Amino acid sequence: MDLRCVLLPGNPSCQGCPHAIGLKALSVLENPIVVVPAGCTTIIAGFNPKQSIDLPVVHVPFASAPAVACGLSKAYDNVVVWMGDGATDIGFSTLSGSAIRNDNILVVVSDNEAYMNTGIQMSGTTFWKAKTTTTPAGKREEKKDLALIMLMHRIPYVATASVGYMRDFVRKVKKASKIKGFKFIHLHSPCPPGWRFDSSKTVEVARMAVKSGAWILWEYDGSFRITGMSRMFRDKSKRIPLTEYLRVQGRFKGLTEEDVRTIEERIDEVWKLLDVLENTINKA
Amino acid sequence: MKTILTGNHAVAYAVKLSRVKVVSAYPITPQTTIVEKIAEMIAKGEMDAEFVNVESEHSALSVVYGSALAGLRSFTATSSHGLLYMYEMCWWVSNSRLPLVMAVVTRTIGPPWNIHTDHTDLMTLRDSGWIIAMAENAQEALDLTIQSFKISESLNLPFAVGLDAFVVSHTAEVVDVPDQETVDEFLPERKQAYRVDPNDVFAVGNIADNLETMRMRREMALDMEKAKGVIDEVGREFGEIFGRRYGLVEEYMVDDAEYIVVMTGAWSGDAKEAVDILRKRGIQIGLLKLRYIRPFPREVIERFDDRKILVVDRSFSMGHRGTLGIEVGNVVDCKNVVAGLCGVDVGFEDFKEMFERFVRGELGEVEWWI
Repeated sequence: MDLRCVLLPGNPSCQGCPHAIGLKALSVLENPIVVVPAGCTTIIAGFNPKQSIDLPVVHVPFASAPAVACGLSKAYDNVVVWMGDGATDIGFSTLSGSAIRNDNILVVVSDNEAYMNTGIQMSGTTFWKAKTTTTPAGKREEKKDLALIMLMHRIPYVATASVGYMRDFVRKVKKASKIKGFKFIHLHSPCPPGWRFDSSKTVEVARMAVKSGAWILWEYDGSFRITGMSRMFRDKSKRIPLTEYLRVQGRFKGLTEEDVRTIEERIDEVWKLLDVLENTINKA
Repeated sequence: MKTILTGNHAVAYAVKLSRVKVVSAYPITPQTTIVEKIAEMIAKGEMDAEFVNVESEHSALSVVYGSALAGLRSFTATSSHGLLYMYEMCWWVSNSRLPLVMAVVTRTIGPPWNIHTDHTDLMTLRDSGWIIAMAENAQEALDLTIQSFKISESLNLPFAVGLDAFVVSHTAEVVDVPDQETVDEFLPERKQAYRVDPNDVFAVGNIADNLETMRMRREMALDMEKAKGVIDEVGREFGEIFGRRYGLVEEYMVDDAEYIVVMTGAWSGDAKEAVDILRKRGIQIGLLKLRYIRPFPREVIERFDDRKILVVDRSFSMGHRGTLGIEVGNVVDCKNVVAGLCGVDVGFEDFKEMFERFVRGELGEVEWWI
């Protein structure tokens, strides 16, 4: 993989930051402009007059990013929104509106499953039962499936990806950049301080999510298909035990066996749904 | 060409004549007919621009922020709750020193729901770094919109053109619509201090040093002061080309006036009628119409510190006085009447009675005309 280091050394990201890994994929884009709403990346991008992202970056308020990108796209190709699950929650109508218009932009949601920049508060994509500072006893609500919601906007390209499988993510970014219209990639980004695991294990944890079947790599480009490593995990017997993925994270401390079974059942439901999509939305 | 237009359509034609490239808006009464007209002109191929339909006002201003950042002349329009919904972006645009233009058709803020005019919505922009103008009629709405692009782009400050709900926005009047060539002569191609370019690696809006950020605010404050001269200069130039002179204020019989009424917006027309009537009776009264709320024409008002001044307000700052009463009162002593809030009708007979009471010294510090 030929990835230029668009995130420069000395940037203020935490050790093991998944965004710092994921951002590298943007180097495959030709002359991009990156729109960044408030979030961890606001900090990672560095302090004026210097900056740590070696690309033109437009910093914007939380809920505005896809709309600002839409405006920029009236003059330029390759406008990318790089945002978190927080900006996605607060700016969901902005995101949905942009998708409905089929704006010629790429939106990457680097999802660390909580509002990490403000100190680990629950988000719409926080896992059920995960502890955050605003759900100290564990989240009571389900997580929303962002990529599937975006798929239902009938946009030309939707994919999930993981910082644990950069080759798959980079391929998807490249593919998206060649498509005109609204492209959406939901990037799974395990956060060491937020999920409470050792900062040397970001890639490992991201891979465990995929290997346990909890995070599923797929894409839609007119046809829907499971991609990359996830293809082999259609076969449940090949997956690693879900507990391995959950137990490595401090945020799941205190899960009962029943909780784990419930999570597993819900994951199975998602696999069933994706299986239907793969067999239904298939042009081949 | 003289034709009959509503205030909203006058704004729409001005936007077309100003060769705007990107328009984005979300419908809200009474603004909607501005952008409907623009959408229609674009669809018919009469206007070369892109119209972006959005799901909210917050996104409307975000879209034109993006397009303006990329160097395209951009416009949006809103009212009342729409303005409040995009409030965050209003500040982002001005603090980014980005020229663009927004029409604000002034409308009461709820609850209860009310679509009629008062100026409270527009006044919420006062501290934000937007240049704020207020049109008296459809002609002024058109003229100010054309001037707004030139002024905004000279100063790198966004510009809000205010016009009263229905009284201006939906009332058809004779309007002199200039031809494209003359407007082109007046309004050069867009310029701006900086723009985002994919070939130029730099960041816009990233975290900065506190002192540096404060310096940026001071620059903005200084440019806002500079705006006074630019507004008068552009208004004079507009007058030379189009025959209608503009500036920070309109002075109506103020030179020899013992009593001066200060106000803004559509009802200034009715107030002028009342001034005429009192003048016929030998009362030396005049009217100072504020065409601009920001920058505030402090120096103009200072000239009248030896006169008796009444400020008639269509907005109120809860816990204090009428908004303009506060503003003018910071410069000269004044009485303050709060009237016409929430679309309550105030006609020239009200003004006649109000001004008579003012002249007789019967008005208190703050009077609610109700």
